[in-house]
Amino acid sequence: MTKIVELRTLAHARAGDKGNRSNVSVFAYDPKDFGLLEAQVTESRLKLHFGHLLQGSIQRFMLPKLYGINLVIDDALGGGVNESLNLDSHGKSWSFLVLSLPVNLDADSNSKSNNPSR
Amino acid sequence: MASRRTYRIGTGAGFSSDRLDPAIDLVKRGQLDAIVFECVGERTLAFGHRDRAKDSNRGYNALLEKRLRALLALCYTNGTQLITNMGVANPAAAAKIAHQIGQELGLSGLRIAVVTGDDVSTLIHNDSMLSEPACTVGETGRSVIGANAYLGSDAIISALKEDPHVVITGRVADPSLFLAPIQHNFNWLAEDWSRLGAGTLVGHLMECAAQVTGGYFVDPGYKSVPNLAYVGFPIAEVSSDGSAVITKLVDTGGKVSTQTVKEQMLYEVHNPSAYLTPDVVADFSGVEISNEGDDRVRVAGAKGTTRPSELKVTVAFDGGYLAEAEVSYAGPGSVERASLAADIVRDRIKQVHGLDQPCRTDLIGFNAIHGLESESNTDIRDVRLRAALRCDDQETANALLWEVESLLCCGPAGGGGYRGRIEPSVLTYSTFVDRNLVAPKTEMLIV
Repeated sequence: MTKIVELRTLAHARAGDKGNRSNVSVFAYDPKDFGLLEAQVTESRLKLHFGHLLQGSIQRFMLPKLYGINLVIDDALGGGVNESLNLDSHGKSWSFLVLSLPVNLDADSNSKSNNPSR
Repeated sequence: MASRRTYRIGTGAGFSSDRLDPAIDLVKRGQLDAIVFECVGERTLAFGHRDRAKDSNRGYNALLEKRLRALLALCYTNGTQLITNMGVANPAAAAKIAHQIGQELGLSGLRIAVVTGDDVSTLIHNDSMLSEPACTVGETGRSVIGANAYLGSDAIISALKEDPHVVITGRVADPSLFLAPIQHNFNWLAEDWSRLGAGTLVGHLMECAAQVTGGYFVDPGYKSVPNLAYVGFPIAEVSSDGSAVITKLVDTGGKVSTQTVKEQMLYEVHNPSAYLTPDVVADFSGVEISNEGDDRVRVAGAKGTTRPSELKVTVAFDGGYLAEAEVSYAGPGSVERASLAADIVRDRIKQVHGLDQPCRTDLIGFNAIHGLESESNTDIRDVRLRAALRCDDQETANALLWEVESLLCCGPAGGGGYRGRIEPSVLTYSTFVDRNLVAPKTEMLIV
Protein backbone atom coordinates (compact mmCIF):
# COMPACT_ATOMS: atom_id res chain seq x y z
CA MET A 1 0.00 0.00 0.00
CA THR A 2 1.35 3.43 -0.83
CA LYS A 3 1.75 5.85 2.00
CA ILE A 4 0.96 9.49 1.16
CA VAL A 5 1.90 12.20 3.63
CA GLU A 6 2.21 15.95 3.52
CA LEU A 7 5.68 17.25 2.67
CA ARG A 8 5.55 19.03 6.05
CA THR A 9 6.34 15.77 7.82
CA LEU A 10 9.69 15.48 5.98
CA ALA A 11 10.79 19.04 5.33
CA HIS A 12 10.76 22.62 6.54
CA ALA A 13 10.47 25.67 4.33
CA ARG A 14 10.63 29.47 4.17
CA ALA A 15 9.11 31.81 1.60
CA GLY A 16 10.33 35.18 0.37
CA ASP A 17 9.16 37.60 -2.32
CA LYS A 18 10.68 39.88 -4.92
CA GLY A 19 8.20 41.57 -7.20
CA ASN A 20 5.86 38.97 -8.66
CA ARG A 21 8.36 36.16 -8.02
CA SER A 22 8.26 33.95 -4.94
CA ASN A 23 11.08 31.81 -3.66
CA VAL A 24 10.42 28.91 -1.34
CA SER A 25 13.38 27.06 0.13
CA VAL A 26 12.67 23.49 1.20
CA PHE A 27 15.04 21.49 3.44
CA ALA A 28 14.82 17.83 4.40
CA TYR A 29 14.82 17.30 8.17
CA ASP A 30 16.62 14.02 7.59
CA PRO A 31 19.35 13.90 4.91
CA LYS A 32 17.96 10.49 3.89
CA ASP A 33 14.84 12.17 2.55
CA PHE A 34 16.66 14.54 0.20
CA GLY A 35 16.35 12.06 -2.67
CA LEU A 36 12.59 11.93 -2.19
CA LEU A 37 12.43 15.72 -2.24
CA GLU A 38 14.48 15.80 -5.41
CA ALA A 39 12.17 13.27 -7.06
CA GLN A 40 8.82 14.62 -5.90
CA VAL A 41 9.10 18.36 -5.21
CA THR A 42 9.15 19.08 -8.91
CA GLU A 43 7.77 21.80 -11.15
CA SER A 44 5.16 19.49 -12.64
CA ARG A 45 3.89 18.20 -9.29
CA LEU A 46 3.77 21.70 -7.78
CA LYS A 47 1.91 23.00 -10.84
CA LEU A 48 -0.50 20.07 -10.70
CA HIS A 49 -1.51 20.82 -7.12
CA PHE A 50 -1.05 24.58 -6.84
CA GLY A 51 -1.04 25.84 -10.43
CA HIS A 52 -3.90 28.24 -9.69
CA LEU A 53 -1.47 30.25 -7.52
CA LEU A 54 1.95 29.32 -8.88
CA GLN A 55 1.21 30.43 -12.41
CA GLY A 56 4.65 30.88 -13.99
CA SER A 57 7.59 28.60 -14.50
CA ILE A 58 9.40 27.10 -11.52
CA GLN A 59 13.18 26.95 -11.42
CA ARG A 60 14.86 24.60 -8.95
CA PHE A 61 18.29 25.24 -7.46
CA MET A 62 19.66 22.20 -5.65
CA LEU A 63 21.78 22.55 -2.49
CA PRO A 64 22.97 19.01 -1.82
CA LYS A 65 25.31 20.07 1.00
CA LEU A 66 22.35 21.50 2.89
CA TYR A 67 19.82 18.87 1.71
CA GLY A 68 17.76 21.70 0.33
CA ILE A 69 16.03 22.91 -2.81
CA ASN A 70 15.39 26.54 -3.65
CA LEU A 71 12.22 26.94 -5.70
CA VAL A 72 11.99 30.18 -7.67
CA ILE A 73 8.47 30.64 -8.94
CA ASP A 74 7.48 33.24 -11.54
CA ASP A 75 4.03 34.88 -11.59
CA ALA A 76 3.30 33.51 -8.16
CA LEU A 77 2.12 36.59 -6.29
CA GLY A 78 -0.82 38.05 -8.20
CA GLY A 79 1.35 40.90 -9.47
CA GLY A 80 3.44 41.27 -6.29
CA VAL A 81 2.95 42.98 -2.97
CA ASN A 82 1.90 46.33 -4.47
CA GLU A 83 -0.63 44.94 -6.93
CA SER A 84 -2.00 41.73 -5.45
CA LEU A 85 -5.49 41.56 -3.99
CA ASN A 86 -4.54 38.50 -1.93
CA LEU A 87 -4.66 39.01 1.84
CA ASP A 88 -1.14 37.57 2.02
CA SER A 89 0.23 39.88 -0.65
CA HIS A 90 3.86 38.90 0.06
CA GLY A 91 3.07 35.19 -0.20
CA LYS A 92 4.66 34.68 3.23
CA SER A 93 2.54 31.55 3.61
CA TRP A 94 3.59 30.03 0.28
CA SER A 95 6.06 27.98 2.36
CA PHE A 96 3.13 26.17 3.94
CA LEU A 97 1.37 25.87 0.60
CA VAL A 98 4.41 23.95 -0.68
CA LEU A 99 4.60 21.96 2.59
CA SER A 100 1.04 20.75 1.98
CA LEU A 101 2.21 18.95 -1.18
CA PRO A 102 1.36 15.25 -0.94
CA VAL A 103 4.42 13.01 -1.20
CA ASN A 104 4.55 9.27 -1.61
CA LEU A 105 6.85 7.63 0.94
CA ASP A 106 6.94 4.37 -0.99
CA ALA A 107 7.88 5.89 -4.32
CA ASP A 108 11.47 6.58 -3.35
CA SER A 109 13.71 3.76 -2.22
CA ASN A 110 16.22 6.16 -0.61
CA SER A 111 13.80 7.39 1.96
CA LYS A 112 12.12 4.08 2.61
CA SER A 113 14.94 1.59 2.93
CA ASN A 114 16.56 3.05 6.02
CA ASN A 115 13.38 3.77 7.86
CA PRO A 116 11.17 0.68 7.86
CA SER A 117 9.02 2.05 10.69
CA ARG A 118 7.14 4.11 8.12
CA MET B 1 40.84 50.89 13.26
CA ALA B 2 43.15 47.96 13.97
CA SER B 3 41.97 44.59 12.72
CA ARG B 4 41.28 42.05 15.43
CA ARG B 5 40.70 38.34 15.51
CA THR B 6 36.93 38.46 15.57
CA TYR B 7 34.57 41.32 14.89
CA ARG B 8 31.28 41.29 16.82
CA ILE B 9 28.33 42.76 15.00
CA GLY B 10 24.68 42.59 16.00
CA THR B 11 21.32 43.39 14.46
CA GLY B 12 19.09 45.93 16.20
CA ALA B 13 16.23 45.85 13.68
CA GLY B 14 15.43 43.68 10.69
CA PHE B 15 12.60 45.80 9.32
CA SER B 16 11.05 49.22 9.81
CA SER B 17 8.69 48.21 12.64
CA ASP B 18 10.95 45.74 14.43
CA ARG B 19 11.04 45.42 18.24
CA LEU B 20 13.19 47.66 20.42
CA ASP B 21 13.69 45.65 23.63
CA PRO B 22 15.93 42.97 22.01
CA ALA B 23 18.11 45.76 20.53
CA ILE B 24 18.57 47.41 23.92
CA ASP B 25 19.49 44.06 25.47
CA LEU B 26 22.01 43.42 22.69
CA VAL B 27 23.78 46.76 23.16
CA LYS B 28 23.82 46.35 26.96
CA ARG B 29 25.18 42.82 27.09
CA GLY B 30 26.52 42.00 23.64
CA GLN B 31 29.95 43.67 23.80
CA LEU B 32 29.42 44.63 20.20
CA ASP B 33 31.73 46.49 17.89
CA ALA B 34 28.73 47.56 15.84
CA ILE B 35 24.97 47.21 15.69
CA VAL B 36 22.97 47.56 12.49
CA PHE B 37 19.36 48.68 12.19
CA GLU B 38 18.02 47.66 8.76
CA CYS B 39 14.71 49.45 8.28
CA VAL B 40 14.13 50.07 4.56
CA GLY B 41 12.00 48.10 2.13
CA GLU B 42 10.93 49.18 -1.33
CA ARG B 43 7.53 50.16 0.00
CA THR B 44 8.81 51.92 3.15
CA LEU B 45 11.10 53.97 0.92
CA ALA B 46 8.20 54.92 -1.35
CA PHE B 47 6.11 55.96 1.66
CA GLY B 48 9.15 57.88 2.96
CA HIS B 49 9.21 59.90 -0.25
CA ARG B 50 5.52 60.60 0.16
CA ASP B 51 6.06 61.83 3.75
CA ARG B 52 8.96 64.01 2.64
CA ALA B 53 6.89 65.57 -0.16
CA LYS B 54 4.33 66.64 2.44
CA ASP B 55 6.94 67.91 4.94
CA SER B 56 10.59 68.41 3.98
CA ASN B 57 11.66 67.55 7.56
CA ARG B 58 10.08 64.07 7.41
CA GLY B 59 10.64 60.95 5.33
CA TYR B 60 12.77 59.00 7.82
CA ASN B 61 11.85 55.93 9.89
CA ALA B 62 8.91 56.51 12.22
CA LEU B 63 10.73 54.79 15.13
CA LEU B 64 14.00 56.70 14.64
CA GLU B 65 13.56 59.00 17.63
CA LYS B 66 12.35 56.26 19.95
CA ARG B 67 15.26 54.01 18.96
CA LEU B 68 17.92 56.72 19.25
CA ARG B 69 16.63 57.95 22.62
CA ALA B 70 16.89 54.41 23.96
CA LEU B 71 20.26 53.57 22.42
CA LEU B 72 22.50 56.55 21.62
CA ALA B 73 23.97 56.91 25.12
CA LEU B 74 24.35 53.14 25.55
CA CYS B 75 26.15 52.78 22.22
CA TYR B 76 28.36 55.79 22.96
CA THR B 77 29.35 54.46 26.39
CA ASN B 78 29.90 50.87 25.23
CA GLY B 79 31.89 51.79 22.13
CA THR B 80 29.36 50.21 19.79
CA GLN B 81 29.04 51.86 16.40
CA LEU B 82 25.40 52.32 15.34
CA ILE B 83 24.84 51.90 11.60
CA THR B 84 21.40 52.34 10.11
CA ASN B 85 19.42 53.12 6.99
CA MET B 86 16.70 54.75 9.13
CA GLY B 87 17.26 57.91 7.09
CA VAL B 88 15.01 56.21 4.49
CA ALA B 89 14.04 59.00 2.03
CA ASN B 90 15.58 61.81 4.10
CA PRO B 91 18.91 60.86 5.77
CA ALA B 92 19.88 64.50 6.34
CA ALA B 93 16.72 65.16 8.38
CA ALA B 94 17.28 61.93 10.33
CA ALA B 95 20.85 63.02 11.14
CA LYS B 96 19.57 66.36 12.45
CA ILE B 97 17.25 64.46 14.78
CA ALA B 98 20.18 62.29 15.94
CA HIS B 99 22.24 65.42 16.56
CA GLN B 100 19.45 67.00 18.57
CA ILE B 101 18.95 63.87 20.69
CA GLY B 102 22.74 63.64 21.22
CA GLN B 103 22.71 67.21 22.53
CA GLU B 104 19.76 66.55 24.82
CA LEU B 105 21.54 63.51 26.23
CA GLY B 106 24.76 65.49 26.73
CA LEU B 107 26.82 63.22 24.46
CA SER B 108 29.51 65.77 23.79
CA GLY B 109 31.75 64.78 20.90
CA LEU B 110 29.19 62.38 19.37
CA ARG B 111 29.96 62.06 15.67
CA ILE B 112 27.10 61.38 13.27
CA ALA B 113 27.94 60.58 9.65
CA VAL B 114 25.23 60.98 7.00
CA VAL B 115 25.56 59.10 3.74
CA THR B 116 23.59 60.53 0.81
CA GLY B 117 23.68 60.19 -2.94
CA ASP B 118 21.25 57.28 -3.27
CA ASP B 119 18.48 59.64 -4.45
CA VAL B 120 18.85 59.47 -8.23
CA SER B 121 15.53 61.02 -9.21
CA THR B 122 17.39 63.48 -11.46
CA LEU B 123 18.67 60.51 -13.51
CA ILE B 124 15.16 59.15 -14.14
CA HIS B 125 13.11 60.65 -16.97
CA ASN B 126 9.90 59.80 -18.80
CA ASP B 127 11.87 57.90 -21.44
CA SER B 128 13.98 55.92 -18.90
CA MET B 129 13.55 52.20 -19.53
CA LEU B 130 12.37 50.01 -16.65
CA SER B 131 13.58 46.42 -16.40
CA GLU B 132 10.38 45.03 -14.88
CA PRO B 133 7.91 45.72 -16.44
CA ALA B 134 9.76 46.30 -19.71
CA CYS B 135 8.42 49.73 -20.54
CA THR B 136 9.45 53.34 -20.06
CA VAL B 137 8.66 55.39 -16.98
CA GLY B 138 6.25 57.50 -19.03
CA GLU B 139 4.43 54.45 -20.37
CA THR B 140 3.36 53.42 -16.86
CA GLY B 141 1.03 56.42 -16.97
CA ARG B 142 1.75 57.09 -13.31
CA SER B 143 3.61 59.83 -11.48
CA VAL B 144 7.07 59.08 -10.05
CA ILE B 145 7.34 59.73 -6.31
CA GLY B 146 11.02 58.84 -5.93
CA ALA B 147 13.99 56.94 -7.36
CA ASN B 148 16.85 55.52 -5.32
CA ALA B 149 19.96 53.56 -6.22
CA TYR B 150 21.15 50.79 -3.93
CA LEU B 151 24.45 52.10 -2.57
CA GLY B 152 27.09 49.57 -1.53
CA SER B 153 29.64 49.09 1.24
CA ASP B 154 32.04 51.59 -0.38
CA ALA B 155 29.66 54.45 0.41
CA ILE B 156 29.55 53.47 4.10
CA ILE B 157 33.30 52.80 4.33
CA SER B 158 33.97 56.39 3.22
CA ALA B 159 31.95 57.45 6.26
CA LEU B 160 33.60 54.91 8.60
CA LYS B 161 37.03 56.33 7.77
CA GLU B 162 36.02 59.43 9.69
CA ASP B 163 35.40 57.45 12.91
CA PRO B 164 31.72 58.18 13.45
CA HIS B 165 29.70 56.87 16.40
CA VAL B 166 26.60 56.78 14.22
CA VAL B 167 26.17 56.27 10.48
CA ILE B 168 22.80 57.19 8.94
CA THR B 169 22.00 56.29 5.35
CA GLY B 170 19.07 56.13 2.98
CA ARG B 171 18.88 53.29 0.45
CA VAL B 172 21.85 50.94 0.81
CA ALA B 173 21.79 47.26 -0.12
CA ASP B 174 20.84 45.48 3.11
CA PRO B 175 23.91 43.19 3.38
CA SER B 176 26.21 46.16 2.65
CA LEU B 177 25.19 47.72 5.98
CA PHE B 178 26.98 44.79 7.65
CA LEU B 179 29.70 44.14 5.09
CA ALA B 180 31.00 47.73 5.31
CA PRO B 181 32.08 47.72 8.97
CA ILE B 182 33.40 44.14 8.67
CA GLN B 183 35.40 44.98 5.54
CA HIS B 184 36.68 48.20 7.13
CA ASN B 185 37.72 46.42 10.34
CA PHE B 186 39.73 43.76 8.55
CA ASN B 187 41.02 46.09 5.83
CA TRP B 188 39.79 43.76 3.08
CA LEU B 189 40.71 44.99 -0.37
CA ALA B 190 37.92 46.36 -2.57
CA GLU B 191 38.54 43.55 -5.07
CA ASP B 192 38.86 40.68 -2.59
CA TRP B 193 35.70 39.18 -4.10
CA SER B 194 35.88 35.95 -2.11
CA ARG B 195 35.95 37.70 1.28
CA LEU B 196 33.37 40.24 0.12
CA GLY B 197 31.14 37.29 -0.80
CA ALA B 198 31.70 35.78 2.64
CA GLY B 199 30.95 39.10 4.37
CA THR B 200 27.85 39.49 2.22
CA LEU B 201 26.60 36.12 3.46
CA VAL B 202 27.04 37.33 7.05
CA GLY B 203 25.11 40.49 6.21
CA HIS B 204 22.40 38.52 4.45
CA LEU B 205 21.98 36.18 7.44
CA MET B 206 21.85 39.10 9.87
CA GLU B 207 19.74 41.62 7.97
CA CYS B 208 16.35 40.27 9.07
CA ALA B 209 17.29 40.15 12.77
CA ALA B 210 15.14 37.48 14.51
CA GLN B 211 14.60 35.56 11.28
CA VAL B 212 17.93 33.82 11.98
CA THR B 213 17.35 33.33 15.73
CA GLY B 214 14.01 31.53 15.65
CA GLY B 215 11.58 34.16 14.39
CA TYR B 216 9.51 33.36 11.25
CA PHE B 217 10.38 29.73 12.00
CA VAL B 218 8.24 27.99 14.62
CA ASP B 219 5.71 25.39 13.49
CA PRO B 220 4.32 23.75 16.65
CA GLY B 221 4.79 20.01 16.66
CA TYR B 222 7.47 20.19 13.94
CA LYS B 223 9.90 23.05 14.63
CA SER B 224 10.11 24.66 18.03
CA VAL B 225 12.23 27.24 19.83
CA PRO B 226 12.08 28.19 23.52
CA ASN B 227 10.53 31.43 24.73
CA LEU B 228 9.63 32.88 21.32
CA ALA B 229 7.91 35.88 22.95
CA TYR B 230 11.35 37.13 23.99
CA VAL B 231 13.33 36.05 20.94
CA GLY B 232 16.85 37.50 21.03
CA PHE B 233 18.39 39.34 18.08
CA PRO B 234 21.50 37.87 16.43
CA ILE B 235 25.22 38.45 16.88
CA ALA B 236 27.81 37.50 14.26
CA GLU B 237 31.35 36.80 15.40
CA VAL B 238 33.21 37.35 12.15
CA SER B 239 36.74 36.06 11.46
CA SER B 240 39.26 37.74 9.17
CA ASP B 241 38.65 35.11 6.46
CA GLY B 242 34.95 36.04 6.36
CA SER B 243 33.64 32.93 8.07
CA ALA B 244 31.46 33.59 11.10
CA VAL B 245 29.59 32.17 14.03
CA ILE B 246 25.96 33.25 14.26
CA THR B 247 24.80 33.36 17.87
CA LYS B 248 22.66 35.32 20.33
CA LEU B 249 22.76 36.40 23.97
CA VAL B 250 22.28 33.77 26.66
CA ASP B 251 18.94 33.99 28.46
CA THR B 252 17.12 35.33 25.43
CA GLY B 253 14.34 33.42 23.68
CA GLY B 254 14.62 31.75 20.31
CA LYS B 255 17.29 29.47 18.93
CA VAL B 256 20.18 29.58 16.48
CA SER B 257 20.36 26.20 14.76
CA THR B 258 21.50 24.89 11.41
CA GLN B 259 17.81 24.91 10.46
CA THR B 260 17.22 28.58 11.27
CA VAL B 261 20.42 29.54 9.46
CA LYS B 262 19.66 27.44 6.36
CA GLU B 263 16.19 28.94 6.02
CA GLN B 264 17.54 32.47 6.30
CA MET B 265 20.41 31.84 3.90
CA LEU B 266 17.97 31.36 1.03
CA TYR B 267 15.45 33.98 2.17
CA GLU B 268 14.64 36.15 -0.87
CA VAL B 269 17.55 34.57 -2.74
CA HIS B 270 17.01 33.25 -6.25
CA ASN B 271 20.15 31.69 -7.73
CA PRO B 272 22.32 30.78 -4.70
CA SER B 273 25.42 30.87 -6.95
CA ALA B 274 24.81 34.46 -8.03
CA TYR B 275 23.42 36.76 -5.37
CA LEU B 276 23.89 40.27 -6.76
CA THR B 277 24.71 43.22 -4.52
CA PRO B 278 26.46 46.50 -5.35
CA ASP B 279 29.61 45.03 -3.74
CA VAL B 280 30.01 41.58 -5.27
CA VAL B 281 28.26 38.73 -7.04
CA ALA B 282 28.12 36.43 -4.04
CA ASP B 283 28.12 32.65 -4.33
CA PHE B 284 26.39 30.79 -1.48
CA SER B 285 26.26 27.42 -3.29
CA GLY B 286 29.23 25.92 -1.43
CA VAL B 287 28.40 27.21 2.03
CA GLU B 288 28.83 24.83 4.94
CA ILE B 289 26.69 25.31 8.01
CA SER B 290 27.69 23.49 11.18
CA ASN B 291 26.75 23.40 14.83
CA GLU B 292 29.37 24.70 17.22
CA GLY B 293 27.52 24.43 20.51
CA ASP B 294 24.31 25.81 22.00
CA ASP B 295 22.96 28.59 19.80
CA ARG B 296 26.24 28.79 17.92
CA VAL B 297 26.30 27.98 14.21
CA ARG B 298 29.35 28.38 12.02
CA VAL B 299 28.99 29.45 8.38
CA ALA B 300 31.91 29.20 5.97
CA GLY B 301 32.58 28.76 2.30
CA ALA B 302 30.74 31.68 0.69
CA LYS B 303 32.61 33.11 -2.26
CA GLY B 304 32.22 35.85 -4.81
CA THR B 305 33.15 37.33 -8.16
CA THR B 306 33.44 40.83 -9.63
CA ARG B 307 30.71 43.27 -8.62
CA PRO B 308 28.08 44.36 -11.19
CA SER B 309 28.92 47.48 -13.21
CA GLU B 310 25.41 48.85 -12.78
CA LEU B 311 23.48 49.73 -9.65
CA LYS B 312 19.89 48.66 -9.17
CA VAL B 313 17.43 51.54 -8.84
CA THR B 314 13.94 51.36 -7.39
CA VAL B 315 11.52 53.79 -9.00
CA ALA B 316 8.42 54.38 -6.90
CA PHE B 317 5.12 55.45 -8.42
CA ASP B 318 1.82 56.56 -7.02
CA GLY B 319 -0.37 53.44 -6.88
CA GLY B 320 -3.79 54.82 -6.08
CA TYR B 321 -5.71 53.11 -3.28
CA LEU B 322 -6.33 49.67 -1.87
CA ALA B 323 -9.86 49.36 -0.45
CA GLU B 324 -10.69 46.43 1.83
CA ALA B 325 -13.90 45.68 3.71
CA GLU B 326 -14.90 42.72 5.88
CA VAL B 327 -17.94 41.27 7.60
CA SER B 328 -18.30 38.01 9.56
CA TYR B 329 -20.82 35.19 9.44
CA ALA B 330 -20.88 32.66 12.28
CA GLY B 331 -22.73 29.50 13.28
CA PRO B 332 -24.49 26.92 11.10
CA GLY B 333 -24.48 27.75 7.39
CA SER B 334 -21.89 30.48 7.78
CA VAL B 335 -20.04 29.49 4.60
CA GLU B 336 -23.26 29.53 2.54
CA ARG B 337 -24.35 32.90 3.92
CA ALA B 338 -20.92 34.47 3.41
CA SER B 339 -20.72 33.06 -0.16
CA LEU B 340 -24.07 34.65 -0.98
CA ALA B 341 -22.87 37.95 0.49
CA ALA B 342 -19.70 37.77 -1.67
CA ASP B 343 -21.78 37.23 -4.83
CA ILE B 344 -23.94 40.24 -3.93
CA VAL B 345 -20.93 42.53 -3.44
CA ARG B 346 -19.32 41.57 -6.77
CA ASP B 347 -22.62 41.91 -8.60
CA ARG B 348 -23.51 45.33 -7.19
CA ILE B 349 -19.99 46.79 -7.61
CA LYS B 350 -20.43 46.09 -11.32
CA GLN B 351 -24.13 46.75 -11.88
CA VAL B 352 -24.97 49.50 -9.41
CA HIS B 353 -21.63 51.35 -9.36
CA GLY B 354 -20.59 50.54 -12.91
CA LEU B 355 -17.06 49.62 -11.85
CA ASP B 356 -15.15 47.17 -13.96
CA GLN B 357 -11.89 46.73 -12.01
CA PRO B 358 -11.36 43.32 -10.42
CA CYS B 359 -13.17 43.03 -7.10
CA ARG B 360 -11.79 40.10 -5.14
CA THR B 361 -13.84 38.34 -2.48
CA ASP B 362 -12.49 35.79 -0.03
CA LEU B 363 -13.99 33.80 2.80
CA ILE B 364 -11.37 34.11 5.53
CA GLY B 365 -11.16 30.80 7.39
CA PHE B 366 -12.36 28.86 4.35
CA ASN B 367 -10.51 29.68 1.12
CA ALA B 368 -8.92 33.10 1.45
CA ILE B 369 -5.20 32.86 0.94
CA HIS B 370 -4.21 29.68 -0.86
CA GLY B 371 -7.46 29.51 -2.80
CA LEU B 372 -7.98 25.90 -1.78
CA GLU B 373 -11.32 25.05 -0.20
CA SER B 374 -11.85 22.85 2.84
CA GLU B 375 -13.43 19.52 1.96
CA SER B 376 -16.30 19.92 4.39
CA ASN B 377 -18.19 23.00 5.56
CA THR B 378 -19.81 21.38 8.55
CA ASP B 379 -17.02 21.98 11.08
CA ILE B 380 -16.53 25.61 10.20
CA ARG B 381 -17.82 27.81 13.03
CA ASP B 382 -17.31 31.19 11.42
CA VAL B 383 -15.97 32.79 8.29
CA ARG B 384 -15.21 36.37 7.44
CA LEU B 385 -16.08 37.81 4.06
CA ARG B 386 -13.36 40.08 2.74
CA ALA B 387 -13.75 42.16 -0.39
CA ALA B 388 -10.84 44.08 -1.94
CA LEU B 389 -10.19 46.24 -4.94
CA ARG B 390 -7.56 48.69 -6.17
CA CYS B 391 -8.49 52.01 -7.73
CA ASP B 392 -7.19 55.47 -8.48
CA ASP B 393 -9.88 57.52 -6.79
CA GLN B 394 -11.29 57.71 -3.28
CA GLU B 395 -14.87 57.61 -4.58
CA THR B 396 -14.44 54.07 -5.96
CA ALA B 397 -12.75 52.98 -2.75
CA ASN B 398 -15.69 54.34 -0.77
CA ALA B 399 -18.12 52.39 -2.98
CA LEU B 400 -16.56 49.08 -1.95
CA LEU B 401 -16.78 49.90 1.75
CA TRP B 402 -20.38 51.07 1.33
CA GLU B 403 -21.44 47.86 -0.44
CA VAL B 404 -19.98 45.64 2.27
CA GLU B 405 -21.35 47.71 5.14
CA SER B 406 -24.83 47.80 3.61
CA LEU B 407 -24.91 43.99 3.82
CA LEU B 408 -25.64 44.42 7.52
CA CYS B 409 -29.30 45.20 6.78
CA CYS B 410 -29.69 44.12 3.17
CA GLY B 411 -27.55 40.97 3.01
CA PRO B 412 -27.89 37.41 4.34
CA ALA B 413 -28.89 36.74 7.95
CA GLY B 414 -26.53 37.30 10.86
CA GLY B 415 -23.76 39.37 9.29
CA GLY B 416 -21.74 41.30 11.89
CA GLY B 417 -18.42 42.87 12.74
CA TYR B 418 -18.05 45.15 9.72
CA ARG B 419 -14.68 46.88 9.26
CA GLY B 420 -13.45 48.80 6.23
CA ARG B 421 -10.28 50.64 5.35
CA ILE B 422 -8.76 52.57 2.48
CA GLU B 423 -4.99 52.74 2.18
CA PRO B 424 -2.89 54.77 -0.24
CA SER B 425 -0.85 52.43 -2.40
CA VAL B 426 2.48 52.60 -4.23
CA LEU B 427 4.05 50.75 -7.14
CA THR B 428 7.77 50.01 -7.18
CA TYR B 429 9.61 49.06 -10.36
CA SER B 430 13.30 48.45 -10.99
CA THR B 431 15.83 49.79 -13.40
CA PHE B 432 19.64 49.97 -13.53
CA VAL B 433 22.09 52.85 -13.82
CA ASP B 434 25.82 53.01 -14.51
CA ARG B 435 27.49 53.11 -11.08
CA ASN B 436 29.74 55.95 -12.25
CA LEU B 437 26.70 58.22 -12.44
CA VAL B 438 25.98 57.73 -8.74
CA ALA B 439 28.13 59.76 -6.34
CA PRO B 440 27.69 58.93 -2.64
CA LYS B 441 28.62 61.66 -0.19
CA THR B 442 29.37 61.79 3.53
CA GLU B 443 28.71 64.67 5.86
CA MET B 444 29.66 64.75 9.55
CA LEU B 445 27.63 66.31 12.35
CA ILE B 446 29.40 66.64 15.70
CA VAL B 447 27.62 67.25 19.01
